Order: sequence, then structure tokens, then C-alpha cells
Amino acid sequence: MTLVSLSGYLLFIAFIAYLVGTLLFGGAVKGSKNEASASNKRWGKAGITVTIIGFIAHLGYFITRWMASGHAPVSNMFEFTTAFGMMLVGASILFYFLYKSSAIGLFALPIAVIILGYAAMFPKDIQPLIPALQSYWLTIHVITAAIGESILAISAVAGLIYLLKNVDLTKRSKGRTWLEVVMYTLILVVGFIVVSAGFGASGYEAKFTYVDKNDKPAEIVYHNPPLFGMNQYELQTEGAMEPLAEMPPIINAKTLTTFVWSIITGTIIYLLIRLITRKRVAALLQPLAKKANLQLMDEIGYRSVLIGFPVFSLGALVFAMIWAHEAWSRFWGWDPKEVWALITWLFYAAYLHLRLSRGWEGRKSAWLAVIGFAIIMFNLVAVNLVIAGLHSYA
Amino acid sequence: MSSIKCECGHVNPEGTDICQNCGRPLSAEEKEKRLADMRYDGAAIRSMTHKRSIVDKVWNFFSSVKIGVSIIIAILVAAAIGTFLPQVFYVPAANEAQAAQYYEEHYGTFGKIYNALGLSDLYGSWWFMALVGLLGISLVVVSLDRGIPLYKSLKNQRTARHPSFMKRQRLFGEGKVADPDAVMAKAKEKLKEERYRIKEEDGAILAEKGRWSRWGPYVNHAGLIIFLLGVMLRALPGFYVDESMWIREGETLAVKGAPGLFIENKGFSYEVYSKDNAKEVFGEAIDRVGTVASKYQTDVALYKQPENALPGSTEKEYVKDYSIVVNKPLKYEGYSIFQMDFKLDELKSMTFALENKETEKPVGELTIDLANPEKEYDLGNGSKVRILDYYPDFSGFEDGEPQSATPIPNNPAFLFKMFTPEKPEGETSFVAIRQTLEPLGENEYRMAFQNADTRNVSGLTIRKDKTIPIISLGGLIFLLGVAQSSYFNHRRFWIRRTEDGKLLVAGHTNKNWVALKRELDKAAEYAGLPKYSDQRDPEEAIDANTEGDSKA
Repeated sequence: MTLVSLSGYLLFIAFIAYLVGTLLFGGAVKGSKNEASASNKRWGKAGITVTIIGFIAHLGYFITRWMASGHAPVSNMFEFTTAFGMMLVGASILFYFLYKSSAIGLFALPIAVIILGYAAMFPKDIQPLIPALQSYWLTIHVITAAIGESILAISAVAGLIYLLKNVDLTKRSKGRTWLEVVMYTLILVVGFIVVSAGFGASGYEAKFTYVDKNDKPAEIVYHNPPLFGMNQYELQTEGAMEPLAEMPPIINAKTLTTFVWSIITGTIIYLLIRLITRKRVAALLQPLAKKANLQLMDEIGYRSVLIGFPVFSLGALVFAMIWAHEAWSRFWGWDPKEVWALITWLFYAAYLHLRLSRGWEGRKSAWLAVIGFAIIMFNLVAVNLVIAGLHSYA
Repeated sequence: MSSIKCECGHVNPEGTDICQNCGRPLSAEEKEKRLADMRYDGAAIRSMTHKRSIVDKVWNFFSSVKIGVSIIIAILVAAAIGTFLPQVFYVPAANEAQAAQYYEEHYGTFGKIYNALGLSDLYGSWWFMALVGLLGISLVVVSLDRGIPLYKSLKNQRTARHPSFMKRQRLFGEGKVADPDAVMAKAKEKLKEERYRIKEEDGAILAEKGRWSRWGPYVNHAGLIIFLLGVMLRALPGFYVDESMWIREGETLAVKGAPGLFIENKGFSYEVYSKDNAKEVFGEAIDRVGTVASKYQTDVALYKQPENALPGSTEKEYVKDYSIVVNKPLKYEGYSIFQMDFKLDELKSMTFALENKETEKPVGELTIDLANPEKEYDLGNGSKVRILDYYPDFSGFEDGEPQSATPIPNNPAFLFKMFTPEKPEGETSFVAIRQTLEPLGENEYRMAFQNADTRNVSGLTIRKDKTIPIISLGGLIFLLGVAQSSYFNHRRFWIRRTEDGKLLVAGHTNKNWVALKRELDKAAEYAGLPKYSDQRDPEEAIDANTEGDSKA
């Protein structure tokens, strides 16, 4: 067995372990209040054990892939996102041992599963490093930044649990609407995974020639039925669908097509859930959060920002500046990825000031934590794929 | 300035919430609260004591956390808007008109408006810099406003606090114990073991640790202020050099922005990964992506003018050879020279043959150095070629005149005058790539293109940034300050014996209450202190049956 295939198997084991771990943690918070909490503790212990096994397998994936390629596996979208998923699980293990809360594991693991699924939709082959990335700062900067982001993400997990328990879902309110929007967004990511995996499995391909924004001829291959065509496209594959509309040159119609397919699929899944269960998705998840202790969730949310903020500052700003100084000749250049790291940093700085000086605790704090995670995800997804910049390596 | 006198006789400045001597609540607001407001330990911050003059008003404006957070949010939103479209410095445009055209062509009406509003140079705009400046002022003011009173308050804090102070702490317990003095002694012993510093005053104990973590916010603010000052210094001449230059293979040029330094380009190389030179595991990716660059390298020799050189002398002293690659700039005397760009196969020279059009018999050959063409080339036997005009980057005719778009030999064209024994008065010919014109009538001779030589060009960037040490220092202090306030906690316990033989226990921390409770539990168990409770939000009190019983 080669290192590469071994690393693939280990990642798969981790993925399965996280799914199983979610179920076990589910067992730990289920059951009525009067039931002996000893049983809940057993479920919780089983949950954390399986999670740790998954995490070790995940770490194994990371190390074997590193050995195979000779560089830290954080150099493209698949690798970074997979590593981020791993660190998110690592952070949730850390907080399990700090606060013995099964709820964090129960909600963090499915998010990690979705992140891994998302990562798997990008090219998985091991790529050699382009000159700009040939530096030990790749390892130091990216790994530290990802650890910081994953610890910050725990505050969003705690915040989500807080909101699921705290927001009254029986009455119409802004909180209820926005919570449902969060759920819908998560399902859209699932929609993306379903679409990509589905059309990928069917081997769909449609090849086009088009004219790019510099007026040069180019080629592109779609892996799902092209809803939108590139600028002055010409279909090359026989029998494939003709795009419904042509896009101007600055819009990547392929990305837009995938995006729209994801929204369609995600919305269908969401509507099916609503139709079948006759409940809001938040209401479906609420029983799982009912047992959580609000004060503890608030404390975890705050503590994870406290632990994560310095790590994020170090990795995503300071190390980033040192590397940028070596590679691009300036420590700061207003590249979109840099700017969004700064935005993330400013946002959490605002979080801390609002909490410390203006008493924004509990629900307000929880909403801020969820928004913070959305900013981190925006920087990972949209800035890499939509906004062009020096960091667009995927 | 007015003041408030506490029941205990201590005189506190106006705006004090909690008596700095005994801890009784002073302000009406504070008396209303069930739990003491322990921010700044109840001390009066400057903005609460000075409210009269204009200076005070400005000070109070900037000392407001609400204002500070608003500035942060404003910067955040502005920064985000700046990422909607590429900023002007990432756009291939030499001037404002070209930039305007670029935005309109590529991004339509939105791009036009974006550029017209100045959002395409948002980070360099006066208002963005002003926002950052406001943040800097806010950082200074807020730190002084709160840091100093907090420091004084904690430095002068008393050991014995009034029962009303202790009862209003989040962790509080009271009860009768058999032998209060023995219990207090044992509690003291245990807390010492937990590395608390103990202060005693008749019948009262104050155990404290980690006070220094309270200075963390002020340390990190100081770091940020130093960082911003460093960035501001770059505007001063001499602190900051940022130049870029093109240098062809074989050329030796003065380094732009670095007087007295010269650099020779000994060769540029561009390499790509291929299945032969890369690891086997990369094969699949190389097949999928096609060309992946593996290296951009300029081999250079660095020279410098000797220190005692006469002005204008071209004397050079060899310094060193270096291979500049991405991520490994050449560093010398505070200057860094980076590999930033390249052009492959720029035309270096062209060789033509002067020949008779009919017989195609060559008279002679000449090679023109495109960077430095000679005026006249003598081919011997009475034949010569004169270059009347040279258009390195021929872009067409305007009013019948040939034009050159740039001085770079991308598309060279020449106006030749050919002299031969048959035509001693000379024949004129305009020669461009794949194009020959004879503007003054039919010629007998022509310039026939033979071959061309090419060379690569390296794009280098030269930087010198004297502010880096200041900026690094600021960053380091910031990180230390953040770690100080995030990873360490200020914890205090007050234990007091009352006249009726009861013991009061109170605990406070600035964060991580779980750990504080754990330490109090240890001391309470060991010494037999009265049972305490967490008085915060009783409706959210920890339910014994819910998970996460915070025994971690």
C-alpha cells in the first residue's frame, strides 16, 4: 500500500468515526431528565472515545500525506479544508476535556463532517508547490491560522446550542427566523455536496470553448449540467445541455452553475425535511440542545474566543505578515484574503469589547459567535473561489 | 471636582461606584444592583470625573467603548467593501484614465461607480486613514482613562471589605463555624498552596493571584499604538523604499532606490514540474493541471561603489553572487531585492542580410543590438547600412509616421538607408516584422531578415523598510499583551469573620469562573469554609441533572 492510498483510507476512517461519534454524543444528551445520568455519562465517554479514534486517524491522514508530498498538506482547497475539519474536531476534544460537555461534541462533529464533505468535492490529487508557496512559512502560517480559526469556531458551536435552547421557537421572532436561516445555510452546503458527488458519480461532462476576460480563447469543462455559459461559449461535447444563459466575461459561469445547482438541491432537501416532519429544522434540533446548560455554553463560547483570538492573531496576521514580507516584499498588501483575516480579527476584537465593557453576554454574544464563524467561512469559501487575489490557489 | 464620602469615612472621587476603602456601594445605580459591578474595581474612570472643558468632552468621546467599537465596525465594513473589486494597484493601468477605463470595461456600470466613488483606492483614501487614526486615538485615550484608575484601585485595595461588598460578589457564602480562626488559618494554608498571595488584617483575609493579567489589555493596546506609529513613520523620507526594475540578462544596472548599488543579471531561469523531475505522487496533478511552475530564479552579481569613489565614477566593487528566488530575496545593507516578475525571450538582437532583390545575392550581414542599435553598419566594399530611425515597439502608423508604443523591443521596426556601389546615393526601406515598405520608390536592394537572438528579463522589486523593527516590536508587545489577558486570570477571595462569629466568603475573577470555583472548592473542603453559591442569574442556575456539571 502506498502512503497516498493509506492516507486516503485513514481520512475515510476519520469520517466514519465522526459520524458514529455524533450518534453516541446524541445518546449522551438524549433521554429524560430523571434518567440516571450515569448512562448519559457512558454515552458521552463512548462518544469522546470514538471521536478521539477518528481524530487520530485524521492526524494519520495528515502525517502520511505530508510524508508522501514532502510539504504540509495545507496547500490547496481540499487539503486546507480537510485540515480545518481536523482541527475543529481537535478543538472540540479540548473543550470536552475542559468542560465535559457532550453537547459541544454533538454539534461540532456534524459540522466537521459537512466540512470534510465539502473539502472532498475539490481535486484531491497531491499538487507540487508553486514558487510562492515554497517556504517553511506555509507550514507555520497556515497551520497556526487554522488552529486559531478552529478554536474560534467552537464559540459558534456553543453559541448555536445556546440559541437553539434559548430562542423561543413557538413564537414568531427575528431570532427564530435567523436561526432557521443558519440551518438553511448548513443544508445548502449539504446540497453542494450532494450535487457535486451526484454528478461526479454519473461522470457528467460538458466541454466548452469560450473567450476569457482578457479576450483570449480558453477551454472549460463542467461537471454538472451547464445552466450558465461562459462568455461567447461554444459547446464541444455532443449531447450535453446548452446553457440557458450566457454570462459576461468577469463572471465564472461554471462556479455560478455549481452555486445555483447547490441552492436548488439544498432548497429541495430543506423543503422535504419541512414537509415530512412538519417542523422547522431548528425545532428538530432543539431537543438535542435542551439539556445544555446555558451558562456553561456562554462560558465555553467566551473562553474559546479568549483562547482562539491570540492564536488567530499570531497565525493569521503576524505570521502572515512575516511571510508576506519574505515572499511578496511587503508585509501587508490589502490582498482580499489578508483583508478578510483583518476583518475576522476586528470582529472578534469587537466581540471582546462588547462583552467586557457593554455586558453583551448570553444571547447577544451567541449571535456574534455565529456571525464570526460565518466570516471565517466566507474567507475560506468565497474569498478563494469568488474574489480573485493572490491566495486563490484552489 | 466634587467627591463622595462613604459611611466608612473614606472620601472617593465623583463617579466612584464602589468605595475604594471598604467596598460599600456608593452610586445610586450601584446600590440598585444585586451584584457589584467589578469592572475597574468600581473605581471612577477619568471620563466619569472630568466632564467640563472641551478637552474633557473630546476625551470622553474617545474613551467610550461604544465609540471604539463603532470605529472598529466602520473600519471592518469599509475594509470589506474594498474587496468587492480588485484595488487599483492590482489593476494593469498606468494612470487614472486607464484605471477608469479598466473598471468600466471589466465591471460595467458597477465598476464605473465603484471607481468614481474612490472605492478602487479605498485603503489609500483620506477617510479610511482617518478612521484608522481615530482608532489609534481611541486606543490611547481608553487605555489611560481606564488603566490608571484600575491600577490605583487594585494597588490600594484594602483587605477587609464591608459585608455589603462581599454579599454582592458573584460567589458568596456565609455561615457559622465552630472555630473561625482555625478555619481561616487552614484556608490560608490551602490558598497559599494554590499560589495565592495572602494579605491579612484583623479577622479578614484577601487571597489574590494573577493581578498582572489585568494589565494585558493595556499592554496589547500599547503594542497596537506602537505598530500604528511604525506604519505612520513610513511616510517620512528615507524610512521606506519601494521600487521595481526590469533587468535583462547580461545587463548591469544601478539598483533603483539604492544609491551606490549595482546589480548584474547573470541569467534568469524558469522551471516547471514535469513527470521526470517531480516526485511520482505529483503525476496525477501535473496531468490534470498541465503546467505548474516550480521555480523563478535570477542569478545576480551585486556590486557597490567604493566608499571613496569620486562622484560620477563608474568604478564598482564586487560584493557577492546570489540566486534570487521567490521567498528568498537578496538582502544587503537593509535592502532586500525580490524576484517579482519576468519576461521570457525578449528580442535581444536581429540579424539582417543586405541583398539584391533580383539575384538574392547577399552583399553582407549585420546584427543589430536592439537595446543599443548603432547608427551605421559598414559592410565593406563600399556598402553600408544606416539606421535612419528605430521603433522598438512598432504599433502602426499615425499620420503616415511609424509609432512605437513602448521603448521595449517587442516588435522592432527600422527605417534603413542602404548604400551600395550601384546605388551610392542610398535607397530607403522601412522594415518591420513581416512587413517591408519602400516609401521612396522601388528599390534594387533589400534587408532580408536572417535570425534573431532572445534573452529573458527579470522583474525585481527593491525594498527597504526601516520601520520594520518598530512594527515588529509593536506586534510582539500586542501578542504578549493578548496572551497575558487571555491565558491568565485575576482571582481574588475575601474571607471575613463577623462579630457574631459567622464567616463570610466571597470570590471574584475577571474570567473563567469554573476554575475559580474549583479552587474555592478545594480550599472550602480542606478548611471547612461555609457553603458558597453562584449568585449570577438564579433562573439560569446550574441544574444538577443537566450535563456539563462543570467539574472539569
